[in-house]
Amino acid sequence: MKLLSELHDAGEGKNLSLLLSKIPYTKFLGINVRTAGSLLITELKFQEKLIGNPVLPAIHGGVLGAFLEVTAVLQILYDSSSQSLPKTIDISIDYLRSARPVDLFGRAIVARQGRRVANVRCEIWQDDVNRPIALSHGHFLLKEDA
Amino acid sequence: MSKQELGDELDIGMRSPHGLALKIEYLDNDEGVGRVKLPYSDMLVGDPDTGVPHGGVITTMLDTASGKAVKVKLVDMGEFSIATLDLRIDYMRPAEPGADLFAQAECYKTTKNVAFVKGIAWHDDIEEPIATSVGTFMIGTVNKPRK
Repeated sequence: MKLLSELHDAGEGKNLSLLLSKIPYTKFLGINVRTAGSLLITELKFQEKLIGNPVLPAIHGGVLGAFLEVTAVLQILYDSSSQSLPKTIDISIDYLRSARPVDLFGRAIVARQGRRVANVRCEIWQDDVNRPIALSHGHFLLKEDA
Repeated sequence: MSKQELGDELDIGMRSPHGLALKIEYLDNDEGVGRVKLPYSDMLVGDPDTGVPHGGVITTMLDTASGKAVKVKLVDMGEFSIATLDLRIDYMRPAEPGADLFAQAECYKTTKNVAFVKGIAWHDDIEEPIATSVGTFMIGTVNKPRK
């Protein structure tokens, strides 16, 4: 990926916030990321346009899926020095409770990273990390030409 | 009111701020089948090098089409709420830059509490899918403002 290579060349290979700011869809959703040592926490700022159910109200399930997928991909990039964006092969999402109209946070673990495929588990939560909103596990292709 | 008209009514009720923000269009439904279209736009891009839409966009379309499918399948139940229990997406190939996206889902079985749905997303040939999905939904969940 040209964008990732450019970031690497500029010494910003691990600057995932900068990467997110250059991807239109993650900008549209309002996803950001912060790091604490080896930990990566993604953040999704609540906005009215993320609402899927205006009655409850609750954030759209598709947004939660997208946020989980982004969280997984960022963790792969953070754990490796990959210069290409991992491609999602599959993702399974378990919805545990509806997401209230407040900020969301996410974290991921790369359960196994092989030569071509990474298996990643994620969870997202709101006020209480012990009450996850949704979980996911998925497979990601690391290099198309490998 | 015909089933089709009732389905259309449900579509109006289902329009969400997020669907409107993405500009998801609601297409005609068949019995147990929900359909949506999403015209390509720059804000959907997940890979700025190629202009390919983000996978999350496909997830949102398949979730929306799947929900519609359940509503249309159970249109005789009148007004009721559903909640996605789980959704699995398999990506067959990357979406293409600049091309409109279509998704449809079929609710092929319901029990008292649960609806089972299969979905598919494509550009112009349903035989060349971008992604397929399998999901389950809880039927008759609480849908009133939280305390």
